[in-house]
Amino acid sequence: MSSSPKSISISVCMGTGGIAAGGAEVMEAFESELARRGLRAKLQENCTAHKVGCRGFCARDVLVDVVVDGQRATYEYVQADMVSRIVEEHIIGGAPVEKWFAGPEYEAFHVGQTKVVLSDCGSINPEDIDAYLAVDGYTAIQKILCEMWPEEVITEIKDSGLRGRGGAGFPTGLKWSFAAMAKGDEKYIICNADEGDPGAFMDRSIVEGNPHALIEGMSIAGYAIGANLGYVYIRAEYPLAVQRLAHAIEQARQREFLGKNIRNADFDFDIRIKQGAGAFVCGEETALIASIEGGRGMPRPKPPFPTHRGLWGKPTVINNVETLANLPYIIRKGPQWFASLGSEKSKGTKVFALTGKVRNTGLIEVPMGIALKEIIYGIGGGIEGGRQFKAVQTGGPSGGCIPTELLDTAVDYESLAQVGAIMGSGGMVVMDEDNCMVEMARYFLHFTQEESCGKCVPCRVGTKRMLEILERIVAGRGELGDVELLLDLGEDVKAASLCGLGQTAPNPVISTIRYFREEYDAHIVQKRCPAGVCKALFEYQVVEPLCKLCSLCVRKCPVGAIEGGKKKLAKIKDRKCVKCGICIEVCPFDAITQVDIHETAEV
Amino acid sequence: MEAGRVFKITINDQAVEARTADTILEAARRAGIHIPTLCYHRQLSPYGGCRVCVVSVEGIPRLVASCTTPVTEGMQVRTDSEQIRKIRKTIVELILSNHCNECMVCEVNGRCELQDLAYEYGLKTIRFQGERSQYEIEDQNPLIERDYNKCILCGRCVRMCDEIQGVGAVDFSKRGFHAKIATEYDGILSCEFCGNCVAVCPVGALTSKISRYRGRAYEARQVKTICNYCGCGCTLNLHARENEIVRVTSLEDDGVNEGHTCVKGKFGFQYINHPERLKTPLIKRNGEFVEATWDEALDLMAENFTRIGKEYGSNTIGGLCSAKCTNEDNYLFQKFMRTVIGTNNVDHCARY
Repeated sequence: MSSSPKSISISVCMGTGGIAAGGAEVMEAFESELARRGLRAKLQENCTAHKVGCRGFCARDVLVDVVVDGQRATYEYVQADMVSRIVEEHIIGGAPVEKWFAGPEYEAFHVGQTKVVLSDCGSINPEDIDAYLAVDGYTAIQKILCEMWPEEVITEIKDSGLRGRGGAGFPTGLKWSFAAMAKGDEKYIICNADEGDPGAFMDRSIVEGNPHALIEGMSIAGYAIGANLGYVYIRAEYPLAVQRLAHAIEQARQREFLGKNIRNADFDFDIRIKQGAGAFVCGEETALIASIEGGRGMPRPKPPFPTHRGLWGKPTVINNVETLANLPYIIRKGPQWFASLGSEKSKGTKVFALTGKVRNTGLIEVPMGIALKEIIYGIGGGIEGGRQFKAVQTGGPSGGCIPTELLDTAVDYESLAQVGAIMGSGGMVVMDEDNCMVEMARYFLHFTQEESCGKCVPCRVGTKRMLEILERIVAGRGELGDVELLLDLGEDVKAASLCGLGQTAPNPVISTIRYFREEYDAHIVQKRCPAGVCKALFEYQVVEPLCKLCSLCVRKCPVGAIEGGKKKLAKIKDRKCVKCGICIEVCPFDAITQVDIHETAEV
Repeated sequence: MEAGRVFKITINDQAVEARTADTILEAARRAGIHIPTLCYHRQLSPYGGCRVCVVSVEGIPRLVASCTTPVTEGMQVRTDSEQIRKIRKTIVELILSNHCNECMVCEVNGRCELQDLAYEYGLKTIRFQGERSQYEIEDQNPLIERDYNKCILCGRCVRMCDEIQGVGAVDFSKRGFHAKIATEYDGILSCEFCGNCVAVCPVGALTSKISRYRGRAYEARQVKTICNYCGCGCTLNLHARENEIVRVTSLEDDGVNEGHTCVKGKFGFQYINHPERLKTPLIKRNGEFVEATWDEALDLMAENFTRIGKEYGSNTIGGLCSAKCTNEDNYLFQKFMRTVIGTNNVDHCARY
C-alpha cells in the first residue's frame, strides 16, 4: 500500500477525437471523484485535472495520463464509468489498474516519431496561457523583439530551411523576404487553417491542442515582414478549434502578447479570425483572400503574387498552421537545430494524419526523409487483419498513390513528387488489397469536381468528363481506349488549369493508372473488380451445399432481396439486391459468396 | 514607378515592343500576332478563366494565360506549339461537350466566338459524352433572354455589369460542373436592362428578345448613327433588314460611349417602324383628335398663345423641352419662350 499521494495531475485528451469518445464525461468524472474523495480539498493546487489537446493516437481515445507523485501512467479507452476505479485503486490505493494501461501499440506508435510542432500538443492545457508560458511559450517573440531586427528573423528562418507545410513546400523565409521588400503602407499575415482534405486533421489538432504556438508564430511572422494584423482563415466546421483560438487570442491580448506596443518594443500586432464557409478551393491562397474580402472564393491568376498584392491589394504572406506553429520552436532552439532534422532539401518534421487500413491510426509527426515503410509498418503497426498492403495515398485529393515497390520512398517534397504523389498538407491514407484503385480514383475526382469553383474550363468541365469516364468504368461500361483518354485529358487539365486545384486534380487518376493499370484493364476488358468493391461487377450467390436453411439472411436483408424461409433454400434476387454485404456478414456457415459477374455470365 | 516604359520582348522569335503595364496578349495583339481568347474583353479586368489564350514563356515551367500575365523585359513567348494547339483544342472540345450546339437556330450564328474557335481548331468530333447542363430559359422580362445552356461561363457579363455598369445584377453561383451565372437567389433579372451584358456575351447565351428571329447580323445592313434619345450622343450601329430596324449594336472602339448603351439606346428602337407612331400633328375637335397639317397646328398654337398671354399674362404659359432635341434646339426653345412668349417658365423632361 502506498502512503497517501502528495501530488496528483490528470490529463484528459479533449481534442475533437477525445471529446467524441467521451472525453468531456471522463473529465467531469475525474473532477467529481477528486472532490468527492476530498483529494482536492486536501492537496489544493497539487491536485489538478486538466484537458489537453490531441495526443495523436485518437483510435485509443479517451487517453488519460495519471501522474501521482511524479509517476506517470497512461490509460486508454477510458470511459466515465472507469474513473471511480482508477481513482480508488491507482490514486488512493497506489495500485494502478494495469489492465487498462495503454498497450505496447501506444509505445510503438510514438517510438518512431519526432515531435516539434506537436511537442506540447497533448500535454498542456490549450485553454490556459500559463500552461503555454510554463513550457517557454512566448519566449521566442520576446527574444526577437528584444534582440533581433526583422531581417535577422528572416535570415534565421531561411537558414532553418523551413518550407511551407501547406503542401507546395515553398521556402518560408524566401516568401517572407518578398513581402518584406514589397512596398505597402500595410501588410498582412494570413494563417491558412482551411484544412479540407478528406481524412486530414493536422491543422485542427494543432489549433485545438496548442493555439498559443500559432499565435506566437503569427506574431513572429508579422514582425519579420512588417505586418500589424493577422487573419486566421479557419473552417467553420472546426467549432472547437475556433473557440479555443478565440479564447487564446483574448488571453494573449490580456497578457499583452497581442495588441499595441507589445513588450514595449514598439511593435503592434493583433489577430482576427475569419471563418470559412466550407469551400475546399478557399485553401488556395487567392481564393482565400477573395473570401476574406467578402467575395466569392474563386482563385485569380498569379502573378501578381500575394506577397506583392494580397489582401486588400497589400503585401500579404499566407502560411499554413503547421508552418507558423513551427516558428516559436525554431526561434527558441535555433535554425541549426531545425536544419539538423530531416533530409537534405526538406528540413524539420512533418505532421501527418495517418488513416486507412493501418492498425494504428492517428496524428503523427515524423522527421522529413523517413521512409514510407517506417511510417506504415513502424508507427502504423502494419496492415489490419494481416491483409496485403496495396498503396498509400499522400496529399489528399490532389495527391497520388504509391505502390508497394516504392515503399522505400523518402517522405520529402522532391521524392514524393518524383513518384507522382505530393507531400500535400499531411493526409496519408493507407489502402490494402480490399481497396479498388479505380474506385479510389473515382472517389477523389468526385471530391475535386464537386469542389471546383467552376471558373476555368479544364477544371470545371475537364474533371467532370474524367469523372464520367471513371464512373462508366466502375459500372462495368468502360471501353477500350478509356484509359488513354483519361491520361490524355488528365495531362491537359493539369497543364491548363488556373489554380492548384485543377492542376493537381488528375493526380490520383494518373498515378493509379501508372501503378495499377491492370486493375483498370480488369474493369474494362473482363468487367471484373479485382478488389471486389465495384458493386456493378459482382453479385452474391448462395452456396447450396453449405446453406443450412436457417433463414437468417432472409430476415436480415434490409431490402427483402433474399427469398427463402425455414427449411427453404435461400435465393438472392439480383435485381433487388443492393450489395450491402449484410448477408455475407450474418451467415454463420459462410454459405453466401461474392462472385464476379463475368464468371456468372460464362456459366 | 516606370509606367509606360517601352522595351522589347520576343514573341515567336519576333522582336515585339511592349510597355510595362502590358499583358502578353496586349503586346501580341498590338504586333498583329493572333492569340485566341474567349473570356478576355478589352474593357474588362483580366479574368484568365477560359484558358484558350495559354502560351509558353521561356523559364516558366507551366503554360500561362496570356491575358493575365504581365510582360517583363526580354521575355520570350511562344504562342503556338503542338502542346498549345492541343490544349486549346481540348478546351474548346470540353466547352462544346456541355453546349447545346443549336447553331442552326441560334441568334448569334455567324458572329459567335465559340463557333469561330471550333472552326479554327477543326473540331469535327467531340470525344466526351456525358451530362449537359439543362437550364430553363430565363426570359420573364420583355428585353433579355438568358439561355444558360449556351453559357460558357466566361464571366464577361458579370464583369461588365459590375465594373462598367456598377449594378452587379448577376454573379457566379454554385460550384464545379454546376457553376452558373445567376441573379440573386436565382430570381428574375432585376436590373437597368442596359443590355451591355448582351453586347459582350461571346455566344448566344444572352440575346435581345425583341430582335429574336428577325435576321442575323450578317443578313442585316448595318448603319452607324448617333442615338436620338438624349444629348449624350452615343454611337449606335443600327441593323436594318428589309427596310426595318431589327437590332441595335454598338461599336466597342467608336464614339463617346465606347460601345456602351442604356436601355433606350439598346432596346428602344421599335417606335421607328411602329404603326402607331405619330406622323402628323393632331388637333382636338369636338373631343376627338383629328389629323391636321403643320400650318393648321402652328396657326392654332400661335393664336392661343397670343390670346392666353393677353388675357392672363405670359407667365401663365410654360414650356417643356425634350432630351431628344439637340443642345441647339433646346437653346432656341428657351430663347423663343423668353423673348417671343415672354416667360421664364422653361423646363426639361429629364426633370420629370
